Amino acid sequence: MTDQDGYNLRLYVAGQTPRSMAAIANLKKICEQHLPGRYEIEIVDLIKNPALARRHQIVAIPTLIRELPEPLKRIIGDLSNVEKVLVGLDIQPT
Amino acid sequence: MKADGPAKLPSRRVAGIEKSPTGISGLDEVTYGGVPKGRPTLLCGAAGCGKTLFGLTFLYKGAVEFHEPGVFITFEEQPEDLVKNVGSLNYDLEALIAENKLAFDHVRVEPTQIAESGDYDLDGLFIRLGHAIDTVGAKRVVIDTIETLFSGLQNQAMLRAELRRLFEWLKEKGVTAIITAERGDGTLTRYGLEEYVADCVIVLDNRVQDQLSTRRLRVIKYRGSAHGTNEYPFIIDEQGITVMPITSSGLTHQASAERVSSGIPDLDAMLEGKGYFKGSSILVSGMAGSGKSTVAAHFINSACASGERCIYFAMEESPQQIMRNMRSIGIDLKKWVDEGLLNFKARRPNLYGLETHLAGMHRDVAEFQPAAVVVDPMSALMGAGMANDVHSMILRLVDFLKERAVTALFTNLNTGSAESAATAMQVSSLMDTWLLLYNREGNGEHNRQIYLLKSRGMAHSNQIREFILSPNGIKLREAYVGPAGVLTGSARLAQEARDKAEALTREQEMQRRSRNLERKRREISAQIEVLQAQLAREVDEDALLNREDVVREDQLATDRAAIAKSRHVAATPGPKAATTQKSRLEKP
Repeated sequence: MTDQDGYNLRLYVAGQTPRSMAAIANLKKICEQHLPGRYEIEIVDLIKNPALARRHQIVAIPTLIRELPEPLKRIIGDLSNVEKVLVGLDIQPT
Repeated sequence: MKADGPAKLPSRRVAGIEKSPTGISGLDEVTYGGVPKGRPTLLCGAAGCGKTLFGLTFLYKGAVEFHEPGVFITFEEQPEDLVKNVGSLNYDLEALIAENKLAFDHVRVEPTQIAESGDYDLDGLFIRLGHAIDTVGAKRVVIDTIETLFSGLQNQAMLRAELRRLFEWLKEKGVTAIITAERGDGTLTRYGLEEYVADCVIVLDNRVQDQLSTRRLRVIKYRGSAHGTNEYPFIIDEQGITVMPITSSGLTHQASAERVSSGIPDLDAMLEGKGYFKGSSILVSGMAGSGKSTVAAHFINSACASGERCIYFAMEESPQQIMRNMRSIGIDLKKWVDEGLLNFKARRPNLYGLETHLAGMHRDVAEFQPAAVVVDPMSALMGAGMANDVHSMILRLVDFLKERAVTALFTNLNTGSAESAATAMQVSSLMDTWLLLYNREGNGEHNRQIYLLKSRGMAHSNQIREFILSPNGIKLREAYVGPAGVLTGSARLAQEARDKAEALTREQEMQRRSRNLERKRREISAQIEVLQAQLAREVDEDALLNREDVVREDQLATDRAAIAKSRHVAATPGPKAATTQKSRLEKP
């Protein structure tokens, strides 16, 4: 599988909780390992921007949304289970 | 907000817990003021019980009547659909949203789109809820139905912990919340939400019996407050939700000493000359065609004529038919309808269940504020439920009307023998005044009779009276009470004719006797005359004889003198002759 398109990921967190920090760290690690140079991460803190929670249908925190490539994918949790993240994001392990 | 509670139950209101009126008519009475203020209330019931509508009504009334903005978190239906659904109830939610008094948030959780990796919590939901509450300054929140999360998320342990946290958080926020939940199998809710929301639990139910569905509501639990514990029927119709407390008043209604006319002067005369008590319940029972509706129409007519408002609940006839029929006995009900004093409510009994009927009547009475009400005939309601249920319904209706001092007249169609006094619903004991209408057969005709079986609190007549439907309404006649019983109709007329004939005979007999006496008197006086005549004759005869004697004496004397002369003897008058002479002279 050739991934000429980059991964556009958005992670929703709520403040600087340990779980949020863990999710950010886990996501960065996975991306570095499996999608080097092909990803873009946006962190959205809903405490600062609560209206976005409704607009993007966020219930659980943390929530990771794969905006691109299509289709849209959602993963909830602190992303500690790497295998599930890879399946969820449709990334072939390298 | 406490001031908004029902004012009629001050003694039952429990101090200590503040309540938030739901604005749902009846529910606030059952809960003595509403749901616990600032706390979550669990509303559970099977699908189609009206949970969502309850929630929407709570928010709508809160925003409109109690100036408490609200937030509706829906997990199932789209907000647009919800707004449309209640549009038929004239709940203009769109306007409220525009005025920032109401906020909707649709939380969509689709398990197929979500993968889970590691721990998470529901902060997203908290943030959304918090944001919505802050946006409108909400005091009320409805969450419908949060259980959807159980099928959307896999980590059930986390979910339960988060729900507990959510309800605590809602309490801290000080919002009055209604949490809806699906009824579980043998449990209150499918996912045991009652564990977390335990301050107040209300259960909705929709049962179908004899093809008629009845919705019921029950307050299972209410921490820190008294509440009605019964199952209360409620209805959902174009006017929203109406809950009917069975006996919201207890037996505390005021008894008026005021009287209202029955509309029939002769009947009023039987009721101490004044009529029924105001606010009392009157039962008019009788066989088919005995004139029940006519008695009812008189009552209505009289009430309207004195400027009172009335409702006529017609169960069997259409208003037009009733008005036409009553015109034939000189009662013009249409006039009162046109003047807005009389309101006809015609409903087929089996159109819907009893509770719906009752609720409809409640609402009609509450809206129209009548002084008098007629239910014609009450027995038709038997078609809409079991005898027990009808009894309970009439009980509630009587209570409700008495509480409002509405004079109520119920007609009841008696089946079986005309003498059968008992009504099928055993409601006669609830009634203050009971008029029995008979339709007695005899002499090849039916005659109407009216009997005042009871009338509480007055010295009423105990007479059975015949009544006649004349072109000028009902007229009561003194029934003929003779040795053979009460006579009515032609039998009465015949008896009266007989009486008249007898009287005539007696009169004639008297005349005859006096004539006889007169005749006898005349006869006797005639006899007296005859005897007197006889006497007179005899006296005459005697006088004649006396005269003859004198003549004879004179003759004798003459003769003697002649003889003496001839014998030359000096004549001396004899003593006998002198006596005779004297007696003759003494005669009158």
